[in-house]
Amino acid sequence: MPDSAAAIQRLPVAPQNARASGWWGMVMLIVTEGALFAYLLFSYYYLAAQTPRRWPPDGPLPLGIAFGNTALLLISSVAVIFAERALEKSQRKTFLAWQAFAVVLGTVFVGVQLSEWRTKPFTASSHAFGSLYYVITGFHMAHVAVGLFFLGAVWLWTRRGTYDARQHLGVTVSGYYWHFVDLVWLAVFFSLYIYPRML
Amino acid sequence: MHAGAGDVGQSPADHGLGTLTASVANIFAVPAVSLACVLLWLDRNLQTQFFGIEGGGHPLLWQHLFWMFGHPWVYALVLPAMGIVSDALPVFCRRPLVGYTAVVLGTVGTMLLGFGVWLHHMFATGLPPLALSFFGAASMIIAVPSAIAVFAWIATIYTGRPVFKTPFLFFAGFVVLFVIGGVSGFMTGAVPLDWQLTDTYFVVAHLHYVLLGINVFPVIGGLYFWFPKMTGRMLNERLGKWNFWTMFIGFNVAFFPMHIAGLMGMPRRIYTYSDYLGLDTVNLITSIGAFVFAIGVVLFAINVLRSLRNGERAGNNPWDAPTLEWSVSSPPPPYNFLTIPIVASRHPLWEDRLPENENGGRSQLHSDVVLDEGRETIATSVLDADPDAVLKMPEDSMLPFWFALILAVLFFALLGHLWWLALLACAGSIASTVIWLQPRTAGAGAKLRGDENAG
Repeated sequence: MPDSAAAIQRLPVAPQNARASGWWGMVMLIVTEGALFAYLLFSYYYLAAQTPRRWPPDGPLPLGIAFGNTALLLISSVAVIFAERALEKSQRKTFLAWQAFAVVLGTVFVGVQLSEWRTKPFTASSHAFGSLYYVITGFHMAHVAVGLFFLGAVWLWTRRGTYDARQHLGVTVSGYYWHFVDLVWLAVFFSLYIYPRML
Repeated sequence: MHAGAGDVGQSPADHGLGTLTASVANIFAVPAVSLACVLLWLDRNLQTQFFGIEGGGHPLLWQHLFWMFGHPWVYALVLPAMGIVSDALPVFCRRPLVGYTAVVLGTVGTMLLGFGVWLHHMFATGLPPLALSFFGAASMIIAVPSAIAVFAWIATIYTGRPVFKTPFLFFAGFVVLFVIGGVSGFMTGAVPLDWQLTDTYFVVAHLHYVLLGINVFPVIGGLYFWFPKMTGRMLNERLGKWNFWTMFIGFNVAFFPMHIAGLMGMPRRIYTYSDYLGLDTVNLITSIGAFVFAIGVVLFAINVLRSLRNGERAGNNPWDAPTLEWSVSSPPPPYNFLTIPIVASRHPLWEDRLPENENGGRSQLHSDVVLDEGRETIATSVLDADPDAVLKMPEDSMLPFWFALILAVLFFALLGHLWWLALLACAGSIASTVIWLQPRTAGAGAKLRGDENAG
């Protein structure tokens, strides 16, 4: 390969795409956290299948607020997509607005979720369903909180000018993480709220 | 993938590939056992109901989560060690590995199948027959990719000109132990036999052949092989032979009789046994073997300590090995390679004596490519290792260390119910992550190295 040396001279330095270490870091994080939720939901369906009693023991969970909360999270994902598109067109102010909107929606989601916790007639120690409900939604809420930190940090770094239309790998991968948290919620929502109604 | 120190142009060495395969597997497997531990902690400290029958939980959930991790973990443990053998055994057979591609596919295939066999650790827990049949069959099929590697190693020895140095002995000994451990594993894959053998010493024998035989023997062989590269000095060969034979004989004397003890019905996880069971003789043999094995391990430690000071000087390539690490001084300079080597085959140092070179090219050990602007490495395509980009790597930092320390504090606080400390540790871990991830090169986007030279 006589021309290898010349080819290497022309390689892009610190690429801001799927070849970057940060991109791989985020994708691997998502894969391993995805596995964690898969094992959590495995535990849920396993115990649901093994129980001789009604699942959940107190009857299916009310859907109303949870539906609204799901919508909030989905809209916030769309907001994150619009934010990144705006940054790619160098519209920093639009980016900041969409990103802030997403952070607000995510925060409201956590608030609603916490208030839902207070209205439940069971606790984490009442029965296996209760344990699964609080641990699964708790794990998810922790991931939402981390996502809010990510989105917030990226918001600050963009306002400071660190990220721009050319370099915004952090914006891209924090978006990936947020969409991941969103997808996990859909699986959690289906399992905890819808699936018991199909039994 | 970062193959070696930026070697470019050919498929990765097998040890690297084994490690990569194991790492990918860990990303999927480890969350299962982490989750199992968290759930157990919750059950014990916050009275959740995951594993207790009273509250609708199930103790078998623990076994499922544990073995969903535990079985892939066995392969994550042995695949890098098998990679050591695939890389280093051929050096002592004076020829390239037979069937490199088949061995690579076998490595990856073993790992993939390894995720579908966890239930064979639970055959005796009262599972439905369909699950038993499926997982029994999967556990037997996994013998195929492993056997490919075994036949490749045997063929490499058989068609090569073996040099009976200490590393060779460890690698060849490993092949023997791998076959014995593999066969006893295959036997327990058969459900009816497994019912007979579950929780007996047969399983103890099997798992030691697998974990010590397939991991410890290749790793010690690998240390004999790479010790000169790490330290600049050879391990003593005479002591090494004593080391191998005491370990190999001691190992088999200790662990082979356990198969028999197990078939005689000796239960595992019970520290003692009755005088009247006729188990005294096999256990006496096992005890003698264990002491011989321990002496072998001590001989290894003595060899390392003595050779560190008085070992024969190694030179760059004491084994006349074909791979890149042997082209630099022993121990290697901190920067590994002064210039990025451009590699055209898997055996860059043997190219002038191998009859054919896969793609005809010649490796350049001293190219004119230098990466000298801070920590940089070359990203390459995964299969052919074609250069893709120049990556900026993290500079020296204490942050990962602090992060690990904070995590240790977090778990300590959770175990001790020190909730304020746990909260503090959470905040600390978030802070260190944010600082670590803070973008360092403000405004500098992707650029072409050529542009930079022109400018």
